[in-house]
Amino acid sequence: MSDLKQPPFANIAIDSDEREEEREATVSEPAALKLEAQMLSLHYAETLALDNVNLAIPSNKVTVCIGPSGCGKTTLLRCFNRMNDLIIGCRMTGRILLDGENINNRRVDVVSLRRRVGMVFQKPNPFPMSIYDNVAYGLRIQGTKYRRILDEAVEAALNAAALWNEVKDRLDRPAATLSGGQQQRLMIARAIAIQPEVLLLDEPASALDPISSLKVEELIHELRKKFTIVMVTHNMQQAARVSDFTAFMDQGRLIEFATTDRLFTNPREKKTEDYITGRYS
Amino acid sequence: MDFKKDAHTHHISQKFNVELDQIRNRLMEMGGMVEQQMDRALRAILHQDTALAEKVVHGDERINRMEVGIEEACTRIIARRQPAASDLRLLITVSKAINDLERIGDEASKIARLSITLGGTSQASPGYDDLKHVGYRVQSMTRQALTAFARLDTDNAMDVARQDNWVDKHYQEALGRLIQHMKSNVDSIDEVMAIIWALRALERIGDHARNLAEDVIYLVKGEYVRHQRVDDWQSCFDETPLTDSVQSKLSPGKQTEN
Repeated sequence: MSDLKQPPFANIAIDSDEREEEREATVSEPAALKLEAQMLSLHYAETLALDNVNLAIPSNKVTVCIGPSGCGKTTLLRCFNRMNDLIIGCRMTGRILLDGENINNRRVDVVSLRRRVGMVFQKPNPFPMSIYDNVAYGLRIQGTKYRRILDEAVEAALNAAALWNEVKDRLDRPAATLSGGQQQRLMIARAIAIQPEVLLLDEPASALDPISSLKVEELIHELRKKFTIVMVTHNMQQAARVSDFTAFMDQGRLIEFATTDRLFTNPREKKTEDYITGRYS
Repeated sequence: MDFKKDAHTHHISQKFNVELDQIRNRLMEMGGMVEQQMDRALRAILHQDTALAEKVVHGDERINRMEVGIEEACTRIIARRQPAASDLRLLITVSKAINDLERIGDEASKIARLSITLGGTSQASPGYDDLKHVGYRVQSMTRQALTAFARLDTDNAMDVARQDNWVDKHYQEALGRLIQHMKSNVDSIDEVMAIIWALRALERIGDHARNLAEDVIYLVKGEYVRHQRVDDWQSCFDETPLTDSVQSKLSPGKQTEN
């Protein structure tokens, strides 16, 4: 617990030059793999939602999934922390590896899996409790009781979510009093408070105004130093701004996966080209 | 993915199609104007036609205005459409190409002014043959580079770059000869210097034509070939780029699927 005394995200700084270098480094040195989908197919009753998807997600990078509505990108994201388990009629074949271990294995405990793989949804869904309690929720469930440790963890998570300065004087106010953009950053704070390894983001900025959206994007970029981020978005400019790698999906298939720089300037597949340039295909 | 000729006509937004089409057409129009300026400048200096030279000097202003107009249109489209992939490459390429075309226009009007200075000298003066050879060559290079642009023809573009090597070599040789000539005929210095300046302007036009050719490669193949020997161009877009090796490392299943 000693590492909690030092806020774990305190030294996050924003530096755009550094970002350029990081991007170049991304291309020159392939990163270690965190998550991997192997020959993943998924049916919802009769509908084939994922068709033999093979995708490897590098560690400590932002990987974005883009594609038209119904292409299976959210389904894929939900597979990564077994959110499809309770859907009736959902059948899955293939494997998903987290650090090389199959997460669909019977021995894997879903609760501990979701502790390692956190998720933030399109619409902010704060619990009907205070800002502080929202962030502390996961830690309390895990059994953390000491107020001092909770205080530090909540501050660290809110800091990392770039929300601390805006809420530090009203931590006991209901979370619902925050604006939409603040609520979404609170959701990210809640997800990262328990220090997951992977953060799944399902259109985290689609319900936000452009400025709040940029704040969330900036946050995502910073968070990748600590977490592996997988994000689904309809906003291609956002995908281009925020990600290191981009996967383009269509009709349940992975059409192309490449560095974001390559995919948005010189895609290899015609379908990708047509989609990102807004053409008929 | 390679840029296809009619690629910009299939957008869901009809207006975007029209905008990109207009940009390409305006580039071609500007190219045509620059070609005409060059042709006139060359004729003016080879045949000592002062009236024609004056026309060239006056015509440069139109090309400058055209450059600014196209540049503004490119900026507007980028701001409003946030283009990606081949659309983005088209706009970037156009915005670079108009810069080179404008510079070719400048060099043409420089040649025209020099031809006015040279007015009255005999065509038998040293250097005129070189002017003719290099001039015709860079003229055809510019035309070929623009054709390559219109047809998205990388072979033609590579040919332009090869010819630029010939121009550079020929220019250096001519320079040596003319310097020798000036050393032994001190009276001819003024005249020979003007011819050297004109030759230099032509050599620069060759460089700009090469730049245009390189832009065509970027537009079509998405690969930068600037500052590379033309013989290495092909391998540049044949070999698997670094990004692909990352991709294969990260997505081993993709290959087996194909």
